[in-house]
Amino acid sequence: MTIVNRILALMVKEFLTLMKDKFSRMVVIVPPLLQTLVFGYAASFDLNHIPLAVYNEDGGGASRALVAHFTGAPVFRQVAVIRRQADIRPLIDNQKALMVLHIGPQFGRKLALGEAAPLQLVIDGRNSNTAAIALNYARNIVMSFNMQWAADHGHGGPPAYVEARAWFNPNLESRWFFVPGIIGLLTLVVTMLVTALSVAREREQGTFDQLLVTPMRPSEILIGKALPGLIIGVLEGSAITLIAVFWFHVPLIGSVFALITGLCLFLLSAIGIGLMISSLSVTLQQGLLGAFLFLVPSVILSGFATPIANMPKAVQLLTYLNPLRYFLSVLHGVFLEGTPFSLLLGQFWPMAVIGVVTLSFAGWLFRRRMY
Amino acid sequence: MSTAKCRLMLPEQQADVTRGGTRMRLRGLVRKEFLQILRDPSSIAIAFVMPVVLLLLFGYGVSMDARHVPLAMVIEQPDADTAGLVGAFGNTEYFRPIVMPNMRSAEQAMLAGKVNGIVHLRSDFSRRLRSADGAPIQLILNGVDANYARLIQGYVQGVWGAWLNQRATQHGAPPPLAVDLQPRVWFNGNFRSRDYLVPGLIVVIMTLIGALLTALVMAREWDRGTMEALLVTPVRMREILAGKLIPYFVLGMGGMALSVAMAVWLFQVPLRGSLWVLTLASALFLAAALGMGLLISITARNQFVAGLLAIITTFLPAFILSGFIFDIGSMPLVVQWITHLMAARYFVSILQTSFLAGDVWPVLLPNAAALIVMAVIFLGLSRRLARKRLE
Repeated sequence: MTIVNRILALMVKEFLTLMKDKFSRMVVIVPPLLQTLVFGYAASFDLNHIPLAVYNEDGGGASRALVAHFTGAPVFRQVAVIRRQADIRPLIDNQKALMVLHIGPQFGRKLALGEAAPLQLVIDGRNSNTAAIALNYARNIVMSFNMQWAADHGHGGPPAYVEARAWFNPNLESRWFFVPGIIGLLTLVVTMLVTALSVAREREQGTFDQLLVTPMRPSEILIGKALPGLIIGVLEGSAITLIAVFWFHVPLIGSVFALITGLCLFLLSAIGIGLMISSLSVTLQQGLLGAFLFLVPSVILSGFATPIANMPKAVQLLTYLNPLRYFLSVLHGVFLEGTPFSLLLGQFWPMAVIGVVTLSFAGWLFRRRMY
Repeated sequence: MSTAKCRLMLPEQQADVTRGGTRMRLRGLVRKEFLQILRDPSSIAIAFVMPVVLLLLFGYGVSMDARHVPLAMVIEQPDADTAGLVGAFGNTEYFRPIVMPNMRSAEQAMLAGKVNGIVHLRSDFSRRLRSADGAPIQLILNGVDANYARLIQGYVQGVWGAWLNQRATQHGAPPPLAVDLQPRVWFNGNFRSRDYLVPGLIVVIMTLIGALLTALVMAREWDRGTMEALLVTPVRMREILAGKLIPYFVLGMGGMALSVAMAVWLFQVPLRGSLWVLTLASALFLAAALGMGLLISITARNQFVAGLLAIITTFLPAFILSGFIFDIGSMPLVVQWITHLMAARYFVSILQTSFLAGDVWPVLLPNAAALIVMAVIFLGLSRRLARKRLE
């Protein structure tokens, strides 16, 4: 009974240090929820209003029809009409236009003769990902123009065509992919907030030594320090999930139980890493540095924004140490694919192992690392 | 005691002494800060180790370029026509086609994440190829990562177009596609995503360095009670702040130089703009970033809260709202306004332009001006709030 009391007392104290101060209470609660909203809108690879300039040297009916295909598409926005070749460079250089559509003077004639009519497209490649996405949109528009042209002129169309269909996300909305990812990112950040500085702060102030001379065992200190992170993490993770489902309308087709299991195991591993960083540091500054040195790689190497499959083999192996990698798989699986609990076990156990190892190491460090 | 002596002097002499004293006091403060940096080497680690570790990891690790995407091929009736198409998929570096006996096994492979898409050619493919309507090439994609799925779809269409053209020339037929799209991608013709990711990563790293270096320094003085000790000396608040900024500015510029050197020599990112423009822009950005750290340090009452604020306000906002990964022009207007509050946004624009495009003044100048405004606001607010905290 006394063990429980001691742990409870430490837990209450941890909560007080975070929640007593109005300012720190606000920092832990408000920004993550606000950021969910802002990031949910910001994180998307779907482009719209791509600034487009048109340089039409032909001016015939066919060329105007092609231009209309572009300007009529909601993803493009015509910002300029060019009359000279020399005008292309400043528009692209100054980022006034992302794309310039250049139709040569022979366009209509070649088209009428049944030859391939070239359409030149100048794209600003400074952000190569945006350029590739914009080029993809342009390809689709040209393809639909070609189909229509062939149909209108009795050429019967190409002998084969691609008929694409996407599972789980039929309209390929990239928000459906990113919003579940944001749940993982922000839960991780909140856990780091609560745990990464907690031991470092006590060490710097010297109160950790006092804690060590109390009858509490390191394992009890560990539990007392870990529980607040778990409680805050579960609450904020759930709140962010609710925002994802009810505000952003991302479909949640899998089981909520699997999601909660994943969340708890992820929190366990994140708390373990946070407490480990914290107990390795002697000053708050070191704790902060450690938190960032973990946070940044784990977000960038999680598959949140860039696929893990594109990484070199050695870096892919490294991602197996990253709990966020597994949690993102759980989130995407449960939200979009409806993956059943049994198929997620492969994601669950690595998080559990990381959690147990890091928590034990943190507890061991409590006594060893004393200055 | 020097103040006591000052009182006996004429006003202009007094001003003289204070000015001379400023330099001396500042030198003392800077020296003290450097000594503190040396004592807890984590500041040096922040400025020099962090950029190296993070850039190495990301420069090699992160890429948007999909290569050798595993694709299941289900061919119900293999013959010469289908063999040509499968060969076209095998000939690009984008795909690694895996022939599967039936749709069931292909679908299972996709659910297990073994393949990213399925190309399905029905048994009547060859017959319909010769009919007026044409034959469908069915493509099923895993849409969970929508962007990846779109990318694959684009590659498949590329393979399809090349295959059609090749077939047409073999049969002496006119080109099947009336309009031939010829993209010219400026600044980065090969879509090397590293060329734009590395400058963006430098921005994220510098944001962290700026905030990490200064977020705790003022709060630490309050926490340890040394601020009161400092305040009873003749130093002014202005001098204390300058004394805090100068050493970390030097460290931060060192980290920046290291990052740029790695980008150019290790990752072969072209640097088309001039070095002095880059240096000046970095100095402006660092002033804004350090100013933000300082403001955090002064607003928070102690190091703990300052640390919390630094974690929550720097990394993810700089990562998501700076235009480094996600296109700002496509965000909703309200979110676009919010991005204007991020110093990182302006620096991303400057770095991408000055690395890949050159000294394009109409892009560089407005962004630099915005950085100046942000630096002035952050530093001015810091000064103001620091004075208020005395009362």
